[in-house]
Amino acid sequence: MHELAVTESVLEIALRYAKQANATQVTDIFLVIGKLSSIVDDSVEFYWNMIAEDTICQNANLHFKRIPARLRCLDCQLEFEVEDTLSPCPRCSSFHLNVIGGEEFYVESIIVEKEGATA
Amino acid sequence: MTPTRVPVVEKILDANDQVAHQNRALFDHHQTFAINIMASPGAGKTTFILQTLEGLSSKYRMAVIEGDTAPVTIDADKVSALGLPVVQINTGGDCHLDAVMLHAGLQSLPLENVDVVLIENVGNLICPAAFKLGSHLNLLVASTPEGDDKPYKYPNMYRGIDVLIINKMDLLPYVDFNMAYFQQGVEILNPGLRTFPVSAKTGEGMPAWINWLDEVVQKHLQK
Repeated sequence: MHELAVTESVLEIALRYAKQANATQVTDIFLVIGKLSSIVDDSVEFYWNMIAEDTICQNANLHFKRIPARLRCLDCQLEFEVEDTLSPCPRCSSFHLNVIGGEEFYVESIIVEKEGATA
Repeated sequence: MTPTRVPVVEKILDANDQVAHQNRALFDHHQTFAINIMASPGAGKTTFILQTLEGLSSKYRMAVIEGDTAPVTIDADKVSALGLPVVQINTGGDCHLDAVMLHAGLQSLPLENVDVVLIENVGNLICPAAFKLGSHLNLLVASTPEGDDKPYKYPNMYRGIDVLIINKMDLLPYVDFNMAYFQQGVEILNPGLRTFPVSAKTGEGMPAWINWLDEVVQKHLQK
């Protein structure tokens, strides 16, 4: 889908936080992506190498943490994990379900290097 | 050089969502009701929009924003022909409208003279679902020739909408479309979703949609 727009947004966020931290280099970026957000990791990586070039994020490693889809049954209140959101409740077979996890889509943290910082 | 972990926890599409909030505030400031109309290419969005304009333009001051990936004004010209304001946003090949593009487009629309704006998103069932625009109503035009499996294949789209139009009902006898199977998928993803089966071409079912929208807009404008 729109991985270029998404990757640009990741870069913008990483650069902004790196600047606030007075970083000279960003080495790692940790992304949390829910299974339902339909983002293709490989595409993000592909764009990343192009757009991060000549920034302090160049060569930063992207880490993808995938959050499974979780549903809550509105009839029996059971909470369960699914591969896709069209599965019925495993306990009462109801299709009255609410999505309670799997739509996450954020930058969790970055690892930066700072000039002259001491351990 | 010491590696330091900097906590971020910022939504990747937060920038878009913030502009979507601004768009909403702008609509509300001018008391304009905004509808984001999504569909796959060829579902009949433009015909549906033209019929909706025809049904309501005697009562409300209507306008249209056309999102297109290419700089063609085919859709915009049809709206202009009705004598209504239309703004074309060319996404430059992008697969969706986002809040920033819409915000720019709104600068060319005299919102103080508009009660209802129909925003025609780019024909696509994936990307538009992820980008909030700030609209009051998110609407999907599905159509029978697309097939009855679309809710199952594009769950994010069906989960995120407020109202569903099933267009091209006049073609139902000629295409493989199992209404019960289609609606079962919709019900799983979006229980109780308001649905209008119509044919924008023949006008079948359109009055029910127009009347419903009329009530929704009336309620909104009274707020």
